[in-house]
Amino acid sequence: MNNLLEVKNLKVYFPVKQGLFSRVKGYVKAVDDVSLELKPGETLGLVGESGCGKTTLGRAIIRLIEPTAGSVHFEREDITNLEGAELRARRRRFQMIFQDPYGSLNPRMTVEQIIGEAIDIHKLAESSSARQKRIAELLQAVGLNATHAQRYPHEFSGGQRQRIGIARALAVEPKMIVCDEPVSALDVSVQAQIINLLQDLQQQRGIAYLFIAHDLAVVEHISHRVMVMYLGKVVELAEAKTIVREPLHPYTQALLSAVPVVDPKSKRKRIVLPGDVPSPINPPPGCPFNPRCPVVIDRCRVDVPALREIKPNHWVSCHVC
Amino acid sequence: MLNSAANLVETVAHERASTAPLLEIKDLRLEFVSGTKALRAVDGVSFAINPGETVCLVGESGCGKSVTALSIARLVPSPPARYASGEILLRGQDVLKMSKGQLREIRGGVVSYIFQEPSASLNPVFRVGSQIREALKLHRPEAATNDEVVRLLKLVGIPAPETRLRDYPHQLSGGMQQRVMIAMALASQPQLLVADEPTTALDVTIQAQIIELLRDLKERFKMSMLLITHNLGIVGDIADRVAVMYAGQIVELASANDLLTEPLHPYTQALMRSVPELGHEGERLQAIPGTVPNLGAFPTGCRFHPRCPKARHDCPERMPELVEVLPNRWVRCFYWDKPLPTPEEALNPNNPVLLQAREQFVRG
Repeated sequence: MNNLLEVKNLKVYFPVKQGLFSRVKGYVKAVDDVSLELKPGETLGLVGESGCGKTTLGRAIIRLIEPTAGSVHFEREDITNLEGAELRARRRRFQMIFQDPYGSLNPRMTVEQIIGEAIDIHKLAESSSARQKRIAELLQAVGLNATHAQRYPHEFSGGQRQRIGIARALAVEPKMIVCDEPVSALDVSVQAQIINLLQDLQQQRGIAYLFIAHDLAVVEHISHRVMVMYLGKVVELAEAKTIVREPLHPYTQALLSAVPVVDPKSKRKRIVLPGDVPSPINPPPGCPFNPRCPVVIDRCRVDVPALREIKPNHWVSCHVC
Repeated sequence: MLNSAANLVETVAHERASTAPLLEIKDLRLEFVSGTKALRAVDGVSFAINPGETVCLVGESGCGKSVTALSIARLVPSPPARYASGEILLRGQDVLKMSKGQLREIRGGVVSYIFQEPSASLNPVFRVGSQIREALKLHRPEAATNDEVVRLLKLVGIPAPETRLRDYPHQLSGGMQQRVMIAMALASQPQLLVADEPTTALDVTIQAQIIELLRDLKERFKMSMLLITHNLGIVGDIADRVAVMYAGQIVELASANDLLTEPLHPYTQALMRSVPELGHEGERLQAIPGTVPNLGAFPTGCRFHPRCPKARHDCPERMPELVEVLPNRWVRCFYWDKPLPTPEEALNPNNPVLLQAREQFVRG
């Protein structure tokens, strides 16, 4: 099958400026040489701690942040250098939903205006009655009802607001949605509702998701494949169940062991990683994970490990594996 | 002379050895008054914390867990809050009847708090060392020295504390900031540490570090802890007992082990089913159907009945009490040990929300 999205060697560097003349003194390598593919109707989970570049990667793919190098192909078309109206027209095919359902909806617009804006920009409704009908359908699709259209965001709970955000993304019938931590701000029970909704929508409409989250249990649940990032680099990429059952990279193993388990009888050994994620301005030489790695060898402090396919469809960047 | 360190240690040791509960909340009712309306956020909450014990308060947002925890040191601003009834006995003394001076002594002295967002709890314009010293000045003036600050920072696992104490909060990562908060809370050698979602804003690996630290500290100092969380995984990691709250009331109270292996209340069961677990990929998550009721619009009778798989005709009519149904297991439900109702017995047999709830219950 053809890939819907192909990202090749994407880099996003932010200059660190200093002094009176804003001299560039270095770069934050937020995304450093990342490649990935996404098939139609597939979910790729993107996991990592804060500051690992997962959000920057998601945003660079849909050109909300300009990539420094590399290319993004969407439906076999290079969108890396598109501008203005051309880019806007392509944006109909890929949308985004955000983490904070409070911050991503304009408090002064009604739900109808919020969803209608997308329909207007892309001229998807011929008449105002068709527009209204479309909005009602979208609200229904995300589990709200047409009577909610005249209300303002503050009248809704967090879960309902996230549904409005999803309806807005769906309004333009996208083929791919970048979901940036869509459930992190929600309670467990509501979180489950939103995940179920996203899965239903994928089945009905064949939408592909790039699902960014830090909760491995959530990511495993919704994703077909999972990519683990650390300091701007991919450390492991495999099918969701492989990542959970046979993680190979020591960072993935630690991340998995840190997920709290409800069952009090599970006597899982927890690997508590020492220290924090190092500053991306001065990443450690060699493997970026080496200062916290429990199985570090001398080579890790010098050589940057390349991402290798260790088993079929299981990619790891580690000297020790 | 009055409060020499040795003396203090002795009294503290004595108090900790006694078996009386450190904290006893009895039938607490708290309302927020707005105009002529009184919205009851906490409605008849009772529980106790023994010396050295860790109790977890679990529930969805808006169920009253934070307000309950803040009440212990009377930290909910009043007005708009009003304590309608109840007692909060801290070492036998009722917090609700204390004078301002007494309150100042227990706040940070007997009870210390740490909150969800460490960056919002620390003052951005003071160095962390001086903020910790401030806590020491208030409660242990004789120990308000740099050495003690360094010792506290070391205690919470901050590397190179001698230099770190000159840092401003923004120079520290989220995990380090939370460690500073914990150091500050420990400065007064509290008997009860109240941690309100202490790891929610942190990454999983840092969350694991902080939970490990809290567990280590409570063992070392035989400190009691009240931990508020919505993450049931953390409960299994650290709690001795758990209180599950729904709409301002405790619906289930039991030891962590019992509750997590065999939840009895339909709400606890539904809450546990909705947690995604590792290694169960592909299964559909079982969200609790319906929504959490708003403050001031709580359903009549049992407050969970509009979402409950076991709801029967009389559930909206009378409110169940929190009853000890098995030794040390308290449940607020008439039908916790009954099977699902038959269509004749069930409340609104065709209500889609309740139908979905019952279907999930069958699937388990």
